[in-house]
Amino acid sequence: MEKIIRIKTPVTTEEIRKLRAKDSVLITGEIYTARDAAHKRLIKLLEEGKELPIDLKGHFIYYVGPAPAKPGYAVGPAGPTTSYRMDPYTPQLLQLGLKGMIGKGTRSKEVIEAMKEWGAVYLAAVGGAAALISQSIKRAEVVCYGDLGAEAIHRFYVEDFPAIVVVDSEGNNLYETEPPKYQVE
Amino acid sequence: MREIKAELIKDTVRELFLEANYFIGRDVYEKLKELREVEESPVGKGVLEQIIRNNEIAAEEKIAICQDTGMAVLFLELGQEVQIVGGDLNEAINAGVKEAYTEGYLRKSIVADPLFDRINTGDNTPAVIYTQIVPGDRVRIMVTAKGFGSENMSRIKMLKPADGVEGVKDFVVQTAVEAGPNPCPPIVVGVGIGGTMEKAALLSKWALLRPVGEQNKDPRYARLEAELLEEINKSGIGPAGLGGRTTALAVNIEYFPTHIAGLPVAVNICCHAARHAERVI
Repeated sequence: MEKIIRIKTPVTTEEIRKLRAKDSVLITGEIYTARDAAHKRLIKLLEEGKELPIDLKGHFIYYVGPAPAKPGYAVGPAGPTTSYRMDPYTPQLLQLGLKGMIGKGTRSKEVIEAMKEWGAVYLAAVGGAAALISQSIKRAEVVCYGDLGAEAIHRFYVEDFPAIVVVDSEGNNLYETEPPKYQVE
Repeated sequence: MREIKAELIKDTVRELFLEANYFIGRDVYEKLKELREVEESPVGKGVLEQIIRNNEIAAEEKIAICQDTGMAVLFLELGQEVQIVGGDLNEAINAGVKEAYTEGYLRKSIVADPLFDRINTGDNTPAVIYTQIVPGDRVRIMVTAKGFGSENMSRIKMLKPADGVEGVKDFVVQTAVEAGPNPCPPIVVGVGIGGTMEKAALLSKWALLRPVGEQNKDPRYARLEAELLEEINKSGIGPAGLGGRTTALAVNIEYFPTHIAGLPVAVNICCHAARHAERVI
C-alpha cells in the first residue's frame, strides 16, 4: 500500500531500503542539482582520479536546469528533466554513495542494477510542474560549474519537496507495473 | 504597400513568448480539467491535479509554466502588400526573442554549435523561423516555445504507399507509446503526412499550433485523429507515465500532396505544456 513518507537528507541506506515503489515522499533538507554537462565533468574528475566538488554520500541529485529566479524568489521554475540522458554516468555516482536521483522518465537496466546493488531509489517529480515544485525550494546556491548557467551544480534547500518512488532499491518499477493495469487490448 | 516597423515585430514577438510561457492556453487548461474528472488511476489523477495547479500558479505569479522554456519557433504569414521598415525582419524577431527570454526570467537553452563546443548563446536565440508570403496587408505571427523532452521523442518515417492508413496508424501509435513517460504525458501529438521528408516534419510542427480540441476540416482526417487519440489512450501510460487513461490530450494531423512513390509521415510530440500564442498585425 502506498504511503506518504517524509524524508530528511542526508539519508541512510537503511532508510532507502524501506521505501517502496508508489510511495509518495516529501523531501526536506539539502539536495544537489546536475544535468548532462555537470555529470560529464564529475565523471571526468573521477577518471582523472580527482576528488569531486560535492560529497554525494547519503544525498540526492535532482536532474534540473532551473529557469532564472524573479526578484524576491529563491529559485525560478524548476521541474525535472528527462533522466535517461544521465544513465551512462549514474552507476559510478551510486558507487560513491549517492542515494537517490530525482527526474522523470525511464532508466537503463544498468542504472537499476546499480541501484539494487548500492541501495538507492529513483524518484519522479511531475514533469512540467515547475512552478509548483519551485515553491518547495526555499534556498538555492551555485556550488560549482557556474559557467554552465542553468546546468551548474546547485545546492537547494527544500521543504516537503513532492516526489514519488518510481523505482525502489529492489528494482520494482512503476513505469513497468502501472501502465498495464490501465491498458485496453 | 502597408508599412510595418521592425520595432513592432520585435515587441509583438517579445509579448507572444512571454504570454506563451506564463499562461497555458484555455484549450489545454480546460481539457486537463475535463480529463481529471474521468481519470481512473488515483496516481494519474493526482498528477493531473499537480499539472493544473502548476498552470494556475504560473499564471498568477507570471512565471514560466515549465523550466524548459523551449526553443523559440515562429510561423510567419507575411502579407505580400506589407513592407517591413526600419530594420531587418529576422533580426527584429530574434531581438524580440532575446528580450522575452532575458527580461522575462525564461531559461536560455540554445547552444551555438550543436556538435562540437555546445556553448550557450546566452539569450535563447536564434529562433527557428518559417516565413510564408500570403496575399493581403497583414502579418500573422504564431509562436511556440518548444521543450525538448518531447522534441527528442519525435520521429519521421518514409512509409510506402502500400502501407496506407494502417501503416500510418501503427507508426504514430508506436511513436507515442515508445516515448512512454519521457515526453511528459499527457502529450499533444502533431502528425504531418505527405509532401517531402522535410515538408512532413514541418507539417507535424505546424499541427502542434492548432488548439487542442479542434479537428482537421477534412472528415476523413478528423476521424483518423479521433481513432489515433483513442488508440494512444488505450496504452495505459497515463499522466507522467505512472499509469492511467490520460496519455494524450489531442492528435492533430496536417497533410499535403505527395509523390506517387511516397508516403512520408512525421510525428512531433509535445508535452502537456503545449505553449503557443499568436497575433495578427
